[in-house]
Amino acid sequence: MKTAVACFAFVLGCLHAADYVPIAGGTLRTALPMDGETVPVAAYQLRSKPVTNAEFLRFVLANPEWQRGKAATLYATSAYLSQWHSASDFAPHAPNAPVTNVSWFAASAYCASEGASLPSWTQWEFAAAADASRKDARNDPAWRAQILGWYEKPSVERLPDVGLHPANIYGVYDLHQLIWEWVDDFNGLFVTVDSRAQGEQKVFETCGAASLSLGDKENYAVLMRIALLAALNGQDSVGSLGFRCAKPAQ
Amino acid sequence: MSKLQFQPRFNRALLSSLLLAIGSLAAMSAWADAAADLPVETAELTAPPMVPAPIARKTPAKVIVNLTTEEVIREITPGTKYMFWTFGGTVPGKMIRVRQGDTVELHLKNLPTSKVPHNIDLHAVSGPGGGAPQTLIAPGKDATFTFKALNPGLYVYHCATAPVAMHIANGMYGMILVEPEAGMAPVDKEYYVMQGDFYTPGAFGAGGLQPFDMQRSIDENASYILFNGASNSLTGKNALTANVGDKVRLYFGSGGPNVASNFHVIGAIFDKVYHEGGLKYQEQVQTTTVPPGGSTIVEFVPKVPGNLTLVDHALSRAFHKGAIGIMSVSGEEHPEIYSKAATAKAEH
Ligand SMILES: [Cu+2]
Repeated sequence: MKTAVACFAFVLGCLHAADYVPIAGGTLRTALPMDGETVPVAAYQLRSKPVTNAEFLRFVLANPEWQRGKAATLYATSAYLSQWHSASDFAPHAPNAPVTNVSWFAASAYCASEGASLPSWTQWEFAAAADASRKDARNDPAWRAQILGWYEKPSVERLPDVGLHPANIYGVYDLHQLIWEWVDDFNGLFVTVDSRAQGEQKVFETCGAASLSLGDKENYAVLMRIALLAALNGQDSVGSLGFRCAKPAQ
Repeated sequence: MSKLQFQPRFNRALLSSLLLAIGSLAAMSAWADAAADLPVETAELTAPPMVPAPIARKTPAKVIVNLTTEEVIREITPGTKYMFWTFGGTVPGKMIRVRQGDTVELHLKNLPTSKVPHNIDLHAVSGPGGGAPQTLIAPGKDATFTFKALNPGLYVYHCATAPVAMHIANGMYGMILVEPEAGMAPVDKEYYVMQGDFYTPGAFGAGGLQPFDMQRSIDENASYILFNGASNSLTGKNALTANVGDKVRLYFGSGGPNVASNFHVIGAIFDKVYHEGGLKYQEQVQTTTVPPGGSTIVEFVPKVPGNLTLVDHALSRAFHKGAIGIMSVSGEEHPEIYSKAATAKAEH
């Protein structure tokens, strides 16, 4: 269900409802196998596009405790929204470009304001396995090479708008080739549930451990996503790291 | 409204970071006690092919090493560019030189302009991961990691972030020399050279900006096999130099990720080869193998002027994939050792 937005996105108080698309779920062959190589993914809804500068500005204006300079340092470092001209002006960045330099805490608070939460890793990975015509395109070398290309391009100072690449089969945009994205359980991903390996937190960070524990070894793009999440703390902000939100199925 | 809803999640995250902080504070104060009396110095790192000056100290120190991770586009061969991932902006990364027994405090900073996370695993470290778990950092972040250089030798360091083979194939390796306590014999010239294999969809010299080719990397089908990250890094105006009679020492390593080197200098015999960068040497060696993630120290004396040629003696690599370098030797001719003219032609 598409919501027509008959107002300028940056006008404060505009009743804008973000577009969430239903995803039926299923069995995912995951790159982060915890307990077997596949995980069941229950039906959920995913925001079709990442949260934009205009949307995030509306949020911080309505919730001043999340403005740059006001957010507690435990929840956001000095890099938080540092690319914005001021706490209430995202210039020189475009209103429809994805917001970045947002901490996990701030992203979580934003999603809560939409009655949603950050997607779990498996929810993100499930949706990101799809291309425009297939629910799981990951075995296609051409598709893999195409999305891998983004990681080798220099980071840009001003990100392009969301929604410029074609949507995937679910109607979700920009899971690749635009930004990194937070997931809700990023700091629980690297604790193995195998009791024989207790205390082996973040085993993923050394190459030997990574080669043993990772699934989908030839999907370098998704391995880099995991590496980035492993490098983060909840208060961190990165210039190419944004987010989208997820909701339970209706 | 929204604040309350996510309270439980951030409590969990906060708790774990507090516990981590308490744990590392205790560990750090133990280090501080042990290292408190050591003099502190900052290591002078060098870009290849240069080597940091020998260590004059006879006692241990705490050595600060400041290293960056940088993603840079530059020529891999004239006319063809590549996005290199580097330590310190060069391939191989900046060379580090410390002394056995030193306590090394390594500061790694991933530049904000980077696209991907990086870390460092130094083979000179005794401990799981070699520093990789402590140093995994997102773009714009930094990390500090301390280790004691217990073992002398020439050691490779490299990025160990997944996918590791890609980070190494993009140039994320370098070397750290840990001088033995007794020091090293002085020589006239020291150079730093590393071989690495690179994977692109286009053939050698195809032009444009070539991306990394994952499948060719997995297949170990290199498009380029290079000394110091470019086909011309040791040729033309970039040639190494030495004089006739100089004692020359090369710190040579293999970054890989996949291809071992068969290192040879055309026109010279190695007087000494410290195989695997260790303490014992073999004498009178023509060619020496260096595995990926391994090193060697070779010493020789150029006897006559002219160009010596560094190659991987699996020669298709030298002549078709770029593994070639020049050492230009100046000085007096010694026809009793090497006569330049073909004798038969000159005398009839
Ligand atoms: Cu790296």
